[in-house]
Amino acid sequence: MGILELNHVSKSFNGRKVLDNISIKVQEGEFVTILGPSGSGKSTLFHLIGGLSAPHEGSIMLDEKNITGKRGFISYMPQQPALFPWRTVLENVLLGQELHEKRDVKKAISMISRAGLSGYEHALPNELSGGMKQRVAFIRALLSTQSLICLDEPFSALDDFTRLEMHQWLLSIWAEFKRTILFVTHNIDEALFLSDRIIVLSSNPAKIIHEVKVPFKRPRENDLMLRDEFLQLKKELYQAMGRA
Amino acid sequence: MVLLFLLFIWEMVVKIADTPGWLLPAPTAILKEMISGFDRFSEHLLSTIVLSVGGFIIGCSVGLLVAILLHLLPKVQEAVYPLLILSQNVPVIVLAPLLVIWFGFGILPKIIVITLVCFFPVTIAALGGFRNTPPEMKHYLLMAGASKTQMFTKLEWPNSLPSLFSGLKISATYSVMGAVISEWLGAKKGIGVYMTLASSSFHTDRVFVAIFIIMILSLMFFCLISLCEKWLVKWRREA
Repeated sequence: MGILELNHVSKSFNGRKVLDNISIKVQEGEFVTILGPSGSGKSTLFHLIGGLSAPHEGSIMLDEKNITGKRGFISYMPQQPALFPWRTVLENVLLGQELHEKRDVKKAISMISRAGLSGYEHALPNELSGGMKQRVAFIRALLSTQSLICLDEPFSALDDFTRLEMHQWLLSIWAEFKRTILFVTHNIDEALFLSDRIIVLSSNPAKIIHEVKVPFKRPRENDLMLRDEFLQLKKELYQAMGRA
Repeated sequence: MVLLFLLFIWEMVVKIADTPGWLLPAPTAILKEMISGFDRFSEHLLSTIVLSVGGFIIGCSVGLLVAILLHLLPKVQEAVYPLLILSQNVPVIVLAPLLVIWFGFGILPKIIVITLVCFFPVTIAALGGFRNTPPEMKHYLLMAGASKTQMFTKLEWPNSLPSLFSGLKISATYSVMGAVISEWLGAKKGIGVYMTLASSSFHTDRVFVAIFIIMILSLMFFCLISLCEKWLVKWRREA
């Protein structure tokens, strides 16, 4: 499960249109990236999917259920890790389950070690590095009960080395747990390297101006980024974003 | 060290100027009185400790309750907040005799005085802590579908603990002062009573004994709260 459908979604703030007629369909187990310049309303889109606010027009469906304006149906990883400083890594990771009263400590511990963080289960977040915090935040999202994970520019605050490492890590753990992922970024390399499909948004108001299917086979290696077909697609996306 | 030095200067000044004991007793004389008069003093001390601890607990519970209520009802908070501040502008010394007229010489007016002194720092500190919740964490919980209760118990409450504790520390030191003031109103026992008796009979050394005991007591309360804080709040807020 985890099929997301946005049907002709529009949203305005104070009479200014932010999102204009956005329709997206994400298949089960698919990794879809929304690429757009900063301030293009990507975060607003996530707020709508998360049910923090309701669109003015259109509807949002998850697994054929209408979730427009309803909260709690997606799991979410924000830009800042937003780990709770008074909770240990383990307690943080369990938070998503706790809200729905289904704690699975065993699974949580195995996921933490799968993330390369064994030994840190009982550490507090301020003892971790930036990359480690993001891993914890991702496991928290992965362990939540919802079928769709939304990631809002999760690696934008990391340095390039850590970011590359995190890409590999994310793909490997995703390959294992296959969940539907909606990913937001303004980084073209990141979008190409990670996703099955890329949707390019324009800004003011955000409209879908381009869509690319990423043909590269998985598992993907880092040197993919230097191959011709990668660069070709990058060029295409770059031009598309130039029109945004 | 600084304290010892000050006491030393005090001692020297009293010795050199040959000040009479009823005007300003030397620290050694005060210490002597403290030790020799301890039996006489101890029942007063005990009564004050019980009163201030009891008042502190009641006052802080009221303060916390008010904070939680006001936090959950933002409209009420807007209306009541100025009243809270006004409640602190009424001088306790003036209010205290009135409370005796209304409620008699029992324990009730004393508890009211201490509560009045104690609740305010706690309420303000807790409200500040609730309000200072990092937006990205709030955001995360909202997205994850947390209810209002979960929002409070899982995020706002633990997040407010450090600032709540600074409020508790202030209240802890105030509570001793509140207890002493309330004892002036007319109590049979307590440091406040001891103090009034001592000063009206020009036993200045005993007045100073009372002052020092009050300071030590406040300090002990403060340290006790700090210990609890260390034990309960192991995490540090990120800068």
